[in-house]
Amino acid sequence: MIFDYPTLKLIWWLLVGVLLVGFAIMDGHDMGVGTLLPFVGRNDEERRVVINTVGPHWDGNQVWFITGGGAIFAAWPIVYATAFSGFYWAMLAVLWALFFRPVGFDYRSKIHNATWRSTWDWGLFIGGAVPPLIFGVAFGNLLQGVPFHFDDSLVPYYTGSFWGLLNPFALLAGVVSTAMITFHGAIYLAHRTEGDIQRRAVTAALIFGALMLLGFSAAGVWLAKGGFGYAITSVIDPAALPNPLSKTVAQQPGAWLTNYATAPLTMIVPALAYLGGIAALALVATRRTLAAFVASSFAIVGVIGTAGVSMFPFVMPSSTMPDASLTVWDAVSSQRTLGIMFWATLIFMPIIVLYTSWAYKVMAGKVTTAYIRENEHSAY
Amino acid sequence: MVSEQLVDLSRLQFAATAMYHFLFVPLTLGMVWMLVIMESVYVMTGKVIYKDMTRFWGKLFGINFALGVTTGITLEFQFGTNWAYYSHYVGDIFGAPLAIEGLMAFFLESTFIGLFFFGWDRLSRQQHLLVTLLMAVGTNLSALWILIANGWMQNPVGAEFSFETMRMELTDFWAVIFNPVAQGKFVHTVSAGYVTGAMFVLSISAFYLLRGRDVEFAKRSFRIAAAFGFASICSVIVLGDESGYTVGEAQQTKLAAMEAMWETEPAPASFNLIAVPNEAEMKNDFAIHIPWVMGLIGTRSLDKELPGLNAIYAANRERVITGIEAVRLLEALRKAPKDETLRTEFAKVQADLGFGLLLKKYVRSMDKVTPELIDRAARDTLPKVAPLFWTFRIMVALGFAMLALFGLALWYSVKGDFAERRWLLRWALWFLPVPWIACEMGWFVAEYGRQPWTIYGVLPTHLSVSTLTVESLYGSLAGFVGFYTVLLIVEMYLMVRFARQGPGSLGTGRYLNEAHHAHA
Repeated sequence: MIFDYPTLKLIWWLLVGVLLVGFAIMDGHDMGVGTLLPFVGRNDEERRVVINTVGPHWDGNQVWFITGGGAIFAAWPIVYATAFSGFYWAMLAVLWALFFRPVGFDYRSKIHNATWRSTWDWGLFIGGAVPPLIFGVAFGNLLQGVPFHFDDSLVPYYTGSFWGLLNPFALLAGVVSTAMITFHGAIYLAHRTEGDIQRRAVTAALIFGALMLLGFSAAGVWLAKGGFGYAITSVIDPAALPNPLSKTVAQQPGAWLTNYATAPLTMIVPALAYLGGIAALALVATRRTLAAFVASSFAIVGVIGTAGVSMFPFVMPSSTMPDASLTVWDAVSSQRTLGIMFWATLIFMPIIVLYTSWAYKVMAGKVTTAYIRENEHSAY
Repeated sequence: MVSEQLVDLSRLQFAATAMYHFLFVPLTLGMVWMLVIMESVYVMTGKVIYKDMTRFWGKLFGINFALGVTTGITLEFQFGTNWAYYSHYVGDIFGAPLAIEGLMAFFLESTFIGLFFFGWDRLSRQQHLLVTLLMAVGTNLSALWILIANGWMQNPVGAEFSFETMRMELTDFWAVIFNPVAQGKFVHTVSAGYVTGAMFVLSISAFYLLRGRDVEFAKRSFRIAAAFGFASICSVIVLGDESGYTVGEAQQTKLAAMEAMWETEPAPASFNLIAVPNEAEMKNDFAIHIPWVMGLIGTRSLDKELPGLNAIYAANRERVITGIEAVRLLEALRKAPKDETLRTEFAKVQADLGFGLLLKKYVRSMDKVTPELIDRAARDTLPKVAPLFWTFRIMVALGFAMLALFGLALWYSVKGDFAERRWLLRWALWFLPVPWIACEMGWFVAEYGRQPWTIYGVLPTHLSVSTLTVESLYGSLAGFVGFYTVLLIVEMYLMVRFARQGPGSLGTGRYLNEAHHAHA
């Protein structure tokens, strides 16, 4: 099977979406657990229970993040270059927050000292709460357009500041993202625990699920009524060699809703956010936690997918030089690289899903205080 | 133009974060195989002491692994944050091995490390051994892919510049994978990791034996480490990186620099055991030669010549001159991409484009180039000799010292009386930091020796950086150094604590310093 260039470009838009959604579902649930850790675990033993629900899996899950970064590098190199250097301090904040996770998980319970353990617990909280918040803020800024431009040699220049990222709409997007991840993590936690911890996790799920749906709706209204959106005003040749400076783009308020008008089927995506979210709320309230986890995963597909579909074909619009906006058609690697990476993903992704599922199956069941006592020296 | 300070700070930050990461990687690479060996013995013999060995050394492995993961996250993203133009310019080739590393290797090692620690009671013996094995395969595959990426920076094969997209593009993926420099580096680097893992176990076991505690546990660990370490150090030395040094100009330049070999000598060249290089006059003020040895090491022959630095300089000066033409034609082509004459002319000189770009450090426009600047650009292509000359020699000397240690450790292991030879045990204990020093020296030689390029002959370092402010770089560099230093102190504290406590930390009731005592 040899794909033509336009098809490969489209496939890679989908695959980056798959990797981001995979990251949010897999790494997201243990970030949500990290965020909830100091609040649902009221004493050391309870906190160890919470940590050990993700103990065997957080490292594998984190690879979704690493691989997502690598895939964007390989498939959309100029997006990787422009976004990560432009969002420099935001990116460093994510990295530094993530630093707390490997050491927090592995080192926390190795020493019997209340201050030591509580310090790592808050470290795990930072590692769980900060990345989703910043990713949400980043998406909020992408939707508005980001101040960057290129020179003739395609050197990217970013002219905004870190504080400029923290505008009202972006913060709203940050709230949606954090609520979504915490909701999802709370459901996972409810599934893997019992008693008091489970009860607290269910309460947290109800609060953050509702918050996610409210925030998502507010952001939707803002997009519909608000002042942003971009549209390509020149003829697009999807088969052309990628050159982000070869098109013209105009800022068009409301343009982010155009795709839903031209292709009404795409409305399934935002609908999925609502259906998944509401179903997950109902299911977790009645303690059908596994089904709730599946439903909240669909909600994640809906929320992230909505951002993607709304902006399509844009990936990173420029507010200061709209013509330099990066799109699915002109921010990509060569056809050969996209092809090779497609096959690599197609071969390895099912294998990864297979052994990850096996790992979860091996470790399945409730994590209890009795389990922690029996495994005093080996559990986290 | 990009300020030199920004370039220097970006380099410093990358060097610091990469070398920090490489404090943890070699131990992971090596220890994971020791765990496979110990657990295999457990599965085959059913002796529980080997299970305890796997679990105890595994505990220390885990403490190290956590910081390997922490510092590794940075490296996947730092190309984008700090080397934006590099990322755009070569992402088409360089991004692929990084992404495949994630898909093929990181997922494997990271998923199975969870089961390694948590799966003891939930898996059969054979299943658990398989988990450990897959974890080992994953860590080593990740080294393979990252060194394929790194090898391409040293010897950029299988790619071509495209003026339409203003970047390098992949032409032959297999050439990138089977790049001889990458393969040589892979063997050398993982072997160095194996040596590090072996030294770690050997040293700490020697510590227990010197104290006369947990003797059976320590003796068995020592023997495995001695055998594994001896095989690995032989591999480092014999199959070393050297096999890659005849391939590609980057490696030849590096070889000439680290040997302080200014003039091309008739084959087989002699080896400078000690030299005092004089950068200004491009010669050695003093040197002790060993005839023939350099030619043998560098070319594995008696009749092939190795180019000296002065010859490389002369050749590169010509390439800079052609490169000026290439930059001019590229600028014209960007304005008139359809012009067939320009295309043909550019195709003739585009191989030297990178050498023309070296001048961008000094001038914006090629019209401003003077003969003095051409001299400077050509001189820039030679890395500084003294740092490479000495770091390389330290690495090699440490390598041979470790060969002697592992050789004797293995010899007395076979004879069976190593535990009584306290001088050997002390030697092993004091050598604990040695493989780390050798590894860091090796990285320094490989990467410092690549300068002034990020991609040899293709993209100069000063063009590769992100257009950040110098203040941002000071801030982030301080953040990384501060954060990493705190984490390193925490890691060392835990490592020393658990190494001192020994297998008793497992709480099995079979060893000294049982876990519950430690908590009291």
